[in-house]
Amino acid sequence: MASQHDLEKITTQVRRDIVRMVHKVDSGHPGGSLGCTEFFVALYFELMELHGKFSMDGIGEDLFFLSNGHISPVYYSVLARKGYFPLEELNTFRMLNSRLQGHPTTHEGLPGVRIASGSLGQGMSVAIGAALAKKLNKDKHIVYSLHGDGELQEGQNWEAIMYAGSKKVDNLIATIDRNSQQIDGNTEDVMALGDVGAKFKAFGWDVLELENGNDLQAIIKTLSEAKSRIGKGKPVCVIMHTVMGHGVDFMMHTHAWHGKAPNDEQLQRALAQNQETLGDY
Amino acid sequence: MRKYTDQGKKDTRSGFGAGMTELGRKNPKVVSLCADLVGSLKIEQFIEENPDRFFQVGIAEANMMGIAAGLTIGGYIPFTGTFANFSTGRVYDQIRQSIAYSGKNVKICASHAGLTLGEDGATHQILEDIGLMKMLPGMTVINTCDFNQTKAATLAIADHEGPVYLRFGRPKVPNFTDPDQEFHIGKAVMLNEGKDVTIVATGHLVWEALQAAETLEQEGISAEVINIHTIKPLDENTLLASVRKTGCVVTCEEHNYLGGLGESVARTLTLHHPAPQEFVATRDTFGESGTAEQLMEKYGLDNKAIRKAVLQVLKRKA
Repeated sequence: MASQHDLEKITTQVRRDIVRMVHKVDSGHPGGSLGCTEFFVALYFELMELHGKFSMDGIGEDLFFLSNGHISPVYYSVLARKGYFPLEELNTFRMLNSRLQGHPTTHEGLPGVRIASGSLGQGMSVAIGAALAKKLNKDKHIVYSLHGDGELQEGQNWEAIMYAGSKKVDNLIATIDRNSQQIDGNTEDVMALGDVGAKFKAFGWDVLELENGNDLQAIIKTLSEAKSRIGKGKPVCVIMHTVMGHGVDFMMHTHAWHGKAPNDEQLQRALAQNQETLGDY
Repeated sequence: MRKYTDQGKKDTRSGFGAGMTELGRKNPKVVSLCADLVGSLKIEQFIEENPDRFFQVGIAEANMMGIAAGLTIGGYIPFTGTFANFSTGRVYDQIRQSIAYSGKNVKICASHAGLTLGEDGATHQILEDIGLMKMLPGMTVINTCDFNQTKAATLAIADHEGPVYLRFGRPKVPNFTDPDQEFHIGKAVMLNEGKDVTIVATGHLVWEALQAAETLEQEGISAEVINIHTIKPLDENTLLASVRKTGCVVTCEEHNYLGGLGESVARTLTLHHPAPQEFVATRDTFGESGTAEQLMEKYGLDNKAIRKAVLQVLKRKA
């Protein structure tokens, strides 16, 4: 178990990684990445049971699937900081011949990634398949997934949500990043999602609300509660309310930084707000 | 000419079902998924014998493809089942992202392909699926000709690592290939050696090609007939050796002439041995309601159409 202090140090360093990665190639998605940084750190450094070494089948360990693949910067940073691949490889993000493609993929063989994602709405189906395989393998470990809230506008999600509720896929914890932002603006203006938790409940899920999805302790508490509800006949959904761009003041509370990189001056401001803790890559 | 006997008409989808039953017994990693078409895919026996290895997903094909991709991660070999239309066009992006680009070992098994679906009409008759699937990097594309070959192919693809599209049909058609055949992915089957023209056929048109060749023989024309069950990867060696001998080719498929077997053959010939070619295929059109036989005749996919195409290609060769 990592201490609160250790987790905070990792979180700050991951934020630095995110803004430096997108700044270097002048592309990528910092907003959603920053908003989910605490979640990724809590998941990989506190909550998940993981083998030290990556294997595609993931038998005997917890699995995680990122459905909203555009927040690859936070995913790559956390995977590298967890030791799945060398830190210096973060230097190659979105560059030619890199394993760190703009959106995550298995195609280049990057350890830690089990499915291509980024074409939205497909990750929950894949997570369900992996959860069914765990049941067939009598493997008691958990499958976690993360989805954007705007992503729920894709119809395939509702096929998957209906399946998981109907077929009692109760070894799955799907977290929704409820930042209420998408490319064209507020989710409720673009295509209102309304009460997401009520929708999941209506489809037979156990639903937990996480009011402050940028608070490490709150995430650990709620996700631990979610873990305790595994194996009880219902898939578990965590509605995680986050602030897009969290930790970099000028990127917060706006969708403007969904897919935009900071310039040199903005990078320095962002880094000044997140002082180096574990060493830059 | 070599004689082929119809052992009794059977549907190719039942060959798939028989293959699944056998796989269920011998390969514990094989799992089956279906989108509310169990009876159409003939997988009742597999389900009865392996209830834990069957996943009924309801009328939700996109979710089925994603679940199949996820099942491979735990080491399973998923066989998805629905009509060809809903196995491909409806879920192209799911196949592209979650299966093909992700390199997942999913077997996409598609019944009711082509016009011979019959009375349901064009909404359900896909004539573009071979093209859609062969365009995907890493995808193997197979279209079997009868019950026995479909069963053999179903068994063979379980042992092949990588995504596969297996296409078969609805109607009962002559069952003429060896019941104990071994199926080799990517290896064409020489059905009849000839010297004047090469007829390359896939799926239901293989039997029609044999009928056409018999008629042509009576007319003094010696046709070589090749069953190309695997459209990708294409057996270019067998194709080229034959066309080098005969000097011309007729391709036959229950598919649009854009994007199908014919275009794969044309590309191969253009690169290595240009020769006259005629296409027995649909002409960039949708289908319509009717019996399978009526449709095959109207859209020029029967043995009469193949004979006509042979006579045409022979004129061009001369």
